[in-house]
Amino acid sequence: MATDTFEFKPASRLSRTLAGGSDFFFKLLRIAAFYVGLIVVWQLVADSGLWESYAFAGPTEVWDSLQQNWDNGRIQDAVQTSLKRLAIGFAFAFIIGITMGAAMGGLKWVDETVGSLAVGMQSLPSVTWLPLALIWYGLSERAIIFVVVMGSVFAISISARDGVRNIPPLFRRAGLTFGANHYQMLRYVVMPGMIPSMVQGLKLGWSFAWRSLMAAELLYVSGGLGFLLQLGRDLNNISQVMAVMVVIIAIGLTVDRVIFARLEGWVKERWGLA
Amino acid sequence: MVALLERESPSVRPSEGEQQALLSLHSVSKKFDTTRQMTVALQDIDLHVAPGEFVVIVGPSGCGKTTLLNIVAGLEKVDRGEAVFDGKVIKKPGPERVVVFQEHALYPWLSVRGNVEFGLKMRGVGIKERRELVDRYLELVNLKNFEKAFVHELSGGMKQRVQLARALAVEPQMLLMDEPFAALDAQTRDILQEELQLIWERTGATILFITHNVREAVILADRVLVMTPSPGQIKREFKVDIPHPRSFDSHAVVDLAAEVRSELQHDLFERAHKGGKRGH
Repeated sequence: MATDTFEFKPASRLSRTLAGGSDFFFKLLRIAAFYVGLIVVWQLVADSGLWESYAFAGPTEVWDSLQQNWDNGRIQDAVQTSLKRLAIGFAFAFIIGITMGAAMGGLKWVDETVGSLAVGMQSLPSVTWLPLALIWYGLSERAIIFVVVMGSVFAISISARDGVRNIPPLFRRAGLTFGANHYQMLRYVVMPGMIPSMVQGLKLGWSFAWRSLMAAELLYVSGGLGFLLQLGRDLNNISQVMAVMVVIIAIGLTVDRVIFARLEGWVKERWGLA
Repeated sequence: MVALLERESPSVRPSEGEQQALLSLHSVSKKFDTTRQMTVALQDIDLHVAPGEFVVIVGPSGCGKTTLLNIVAGLEKVDRGEAVFDGKVIKKPGPERVVVFQEHALYPWLSVRGNVEFGLKMRGVGIKERRELVDRYLELVNLKNFEKAFVHELSGGMKQRVQLARALAVEPQMLLMDEPFAALDAQTRDILQEELQLIWERTGATILFITHNVREAVILADRVLVMTPSPGQIKREFKVDIPHPRSFDSHAVVDLAAEVRSELQHDLFERAHKGGKRGH
């Protein structure tokens, strides 16, 4: 009866990193080389005199501008303001979107009604909510958060719906056979089962939320990175404009690589999806 | 090793006496209507399973055997007749009749241990007792070393052993097995058939097992019921008195398997020569 006498040892994260150590090193080297090359090309283009210096800033000017705005605390303030809005808006979108999506996935009549509306609403560029938001809430935090929520809630709800639908029927039947009630089925089968589809949806939702936020901040005086960008334009300060764009890109990359890469790694470890 | 597991092993396993039956089906019928045709999945099925009995239903695909199992599980409803379990009419699924599915019924987000624990959690068993029961049944199916593994890291045979442990852990009155070894390779199937015999003897579980594999039926069962399709009916019953553990190449097993197989083939042959249109 003892057919499996060998021991199963899941490889630890550390041992995996060490085993692939040289691969990891070369990967870092490659990425660093790419960015160094990019900066060199950028500097060369800036020095070439193709554009006037007020229309195109080289990496050194952008770096100076970054340093200056860092020293007087503007960047930190702007990042803090923007991320706070993003966090609040995304949290609302997350809760509303998942609830809506789960209802759409579980109940046919909800999908036929609210679901069709969600698909239509998703095609609406999120900035178009801004005039409405300003009329409803005036020049307030609420108006911006409203735009962020509207920008991402439909993408999240649609992926949540698909997540519920993609759960294999056998998972529910297995739950039933062990006597799971409605609450238990939702908590222990449906919610974890929808995670793989949700990861993609959340990624999409976050990027929509981030873009809506930047657009909203650009269009109205309110602090935040979008405002700092607009300020650069108003002062005809090209190096500040480009510096803020670099910050926006860096934040986007960090969120993708840190938060979503982890989430995807977690799913991959369990589901074994390639 | 598993002293706690040993239940009163019934020295005499009563066969089909309706009086002591744990499960009784009384002329159960079930139809499926589709736009193209109407299939009589089950017609007037009478079936009685006594406590501790190992009953195997064997038949070709489409004979309604899975529908029968689903009715006992409470996952499908009867059109006519009555399915009674432990004195009560079956209305919905319940942990006293747990199903071991064919494949892909384990939860990928849980480890092996988490999967085995699942049913106990649904029943609200406390964490300490849960740990003990999971340990016990993981040992029973020889997967103690794999408790931390995730489902996709397991072979097909190991997955089915996890399913078995998950089902046994809630200590059901009856285990319903829906072609659990059908997707496995022949060698793994042999090993699991052997293990299942041992587990059955050790736990005294009552098992209703569905398969299309005649040899598997003969190796495992106290009673083999032969089912034929359209309409789904139990055609014949074979009692198997060969002592456990049974080896698939023993004469008694080979001879009985041949007899069961010829019964099935006879039916198929008759159908082919009647030439009538038959749905699945």
